[in-house]
Amino acid sequence: MAFVLSEEQTMLRDMAAQFFAEQVPTSNLRKLRDSDDALGYDPAIWQQIVELGFAGILIPEDFGGTGFGVTGMGIVMQQAGRTLAASPLFATSCLGAGMILEIGREEQKQQLLPQVADGSLLLAVAIDEASHHNPSHIACSASKDGSNYVLNGQKSFVLDGHIANKLIIIAREVGSPQDTTNFIAFLVDADKAGIAITRTKMVDSRNAANVTFDNVALTPDDVLGNGPIGLESIEKVLDLGRIIIAAEMLGGIETVFETTLDYLKERKQFGQIIGSFQALQHRAAEMFCEVEIAQAVVQDGLSAIEENRNDVPRAASLAKARLGDTARLVTNEGVQMHGGIGMTDAVDVGLYIKRARVQAQILGDSTFHTNRYATLGSY
Amino acid sequence: MEALETFRQETRAWLEQNCPQSMRTPMPEREMPWGGRNGEFPNPDTKLWLDRMAARGWTAPTWPKEYGGGGLDKAQNKVLQEELGRINARPALTSFGLWMLGPALLEFASEEQKKRYIPEIIRGEIRWCQGYSEPGAGSDLAGLQTRAEDKGDHYLVNGQKVWTSYADKCDWIFCLVRTDTSVKHDGISFLLIDMATAGVEARPIKLISGASPFCETFLTDVKVPKENLVGELNRGWTIAKRLLEHERSMISGMNMGAGAASMGGMEVLAKEHFGEQDGRISEQSIRHAVASHKMDQQAFGLSLKRSAEQAKAGQGPGAAASMFKYYGTELNKRRFELLLDIMGTQALGWEGEGFDSKELAVTRSWLRSKGNSIEGGTSEVQLNVIAKRVLGLPDAGKA
Repeated sequence: MAFVLSEEQTMLRDMAAQFFAEQVPTSNLRKLRDSDDALGYDPAIWQQIVELGFAGILIPEDFGGTGFGVTGMGIVMQQAGRTLAASPLFATSCLGAGMILEIGREEQKQQLLPQVADGSLLLAVAIDEASHHNPSHIACSASKDGSNYVLNGQKSFVLDGHIANKLIIIAREVGSPQDTTNFIAFLVDADKAGIAITRTKMVDSRNAANVTFDNVALTPDDVLGNGPIGLESIEKVLDLGRIIIAAEMLGGIETVFETTLDYLKERKQFGQIIGSFQALQHRAAEMFCEVEIAQAVVQDGLSAIEENRNDVPRAASLAKARLGDTARLVTNEGVQMHGGIGMTDAVDVGLYIKRARVQAQILGDSTFHTNRYATLGSY
Repeated sequence: MEALETFRQETRAWLEQNCPQSMRTPMPEREMPWGGRNGEFPNPDTKLWLDRMAARGWTAPTWPKEYGGGGLDKAQNKVLQEELGRINARPALTSFGLWMLGPALLEFASEEQKKRYIPEIIRGEIRWCQGYSEPGAGSDLAGLQTRAEDKGDHYLVNGQKVWTSYADKCDWIFCLVRTDTSVKHDGISFLLIDMATAGVEARPIKLISGASPFCETFLTDVKVPKENLVGELNRGWTIAKRLLEHERSMISGMNMGAGAASMGGMEVLAKEHFGEQDGRISEQSIRHAVASHKMDQQAFGLSLKRSAEQAKAGQGPGAAASMFKYYGTELNKRRFELLLDIMGTQALGWEGEGFDSKELAVTRSWLRSKGNSIEGGTSEVQLNVIAKRVLGLPDAGKA
């Protein structure tokens, strides 16, 4: 049953819930933010995450992972989302590992995936180039120089870009930016000559960077996989990322909803608990419906991948669009219903609204995915 | 498992022999098998199909055999429904008796009452309607005023019911009546009344859609035998609430039906009305609205599926029926508003030349859809139920 967790999955959820609540509460993110931490994550926490096996959930046992599968990763990310836990889990263990698994050569998998699972290798996938996610429009060019390549161009919103040991860069070999073929993925050391990485400080205090490539000399060995690939191979990994980030968003949504509901039950004005006012009750009830639906959509997306269904792209776009919209509703209502205190940095709801807007942009916002959903339906 | 497979084979063979060919085609509204004393069967196959299914108790497959039901367990019923679906069989009987009253009688009625009323429901011999709402008791249903006075050997009923579905065509009515005026919820009883009794009069109400599926029902000095009381005196509210749950899940399940479903997808209509560009709907804002709506529908469908699976596993929130009633009916209203946007003036025809029958059906269904979020408890009432029973928010005025 796709909508009811197995016993094993329930155990994983409880374990993850306890770990993030106890070891990585929101105060952890505040500390990173307020100390202007250079890394933007806590390596000691990352080590614990690795020891729990979370870093290798998507990686088969043959490559040093636990092979627990995408639902397992969704469950963990949902719990991480509840406490806004900052870690390389998404960029490295989901997107990075996903790219290597989908596109990589056998020896690349054997060499790199165990390092992802044991936490020693951090990855960042560089795909976006402008203010909006648009993977079919890639301008970064890799011109051929004999059997070698020269890479030029720029990438933005590269998650974990400034802490990654290696970058996975999506570029194109020939053709115009709109073509859906002849993409090429490179896997290169982040400190390679010609690569400049600038950390961007964003509203959610999490890690992202802009990256430029100035005549970066690359060899066939630097190619992830065996050469040019089509958009569908890339989209396959992006869909995985979209559904998993939706799971993380769900964790944030649930937490804001629960916290706001608690507040409605304790705050008094006009001599009454404000949760007794019908104007607020109805809005809370509407949010409840949206949260329930968001849960169903995320669970369906995870099982679409797990069961290798042919409607994964549709499920991914549905999940990403829906969760973006629901997160906007719930975080806006969360701030509003907390009243003045909701505007202060002292309570967490502000942290969640900031994170929600950044999450909404990761791998495509609601507009992008509504458009894609229509295109997938041929209309 | 083997026994179930045998059951499947037998069922399939029986259906093959007994389901008339015309009962395997889409059902026009006028051929709906409502049954009753004056049941109309413009297609004689409808009656044949009803009688054959009723004889096996398969109009109510899971009800006990002793009252004429099919006596099937859940697994067998699933097989039956699958086999019916396989041949696109029409329902043999559409009936408020089946959907609403029957389950309540099975739970609350006396043995004598079950024996008397349930077999008639199963065979489609008596058509029931629901006497709940009153002119002064809509969302505040428990404020109902229709009195049933104890006259020794009978109750004397006086009052007025409204929104009684098809009351002008029904044989009996199950009613909420006031048997104690000193208290609100605890003064309500559940009474069964034969519509042929002197003093019962049903008048159809014309709706904005032009149709008259509902009536006002007047009860003037109606003598009702005391044995027609279901459950305990003044304990009718419990039965009423249970029945409303059946009604809510029925209404939220009905939405995906009429109107646009028969017209091909919304996206096809949008392409027809706005034209195509590279295979896409030319009008960007309509294209976005269609995609958004289809996403809402898919998402809602997933949450229904999830709720069903959770219920099977014994999990999930209570009052799920309220959530689905609220969301499903609001979604259905949005669907028709979007259809109006897509079809323009072709969705605004009332009758006659210039519009085909499907277009006219959209006009009427759009108007009818406005009632979805009112009947069976308004959207506002559903939100109240969620706020109080699921979210645990306090009543107004409590400190």
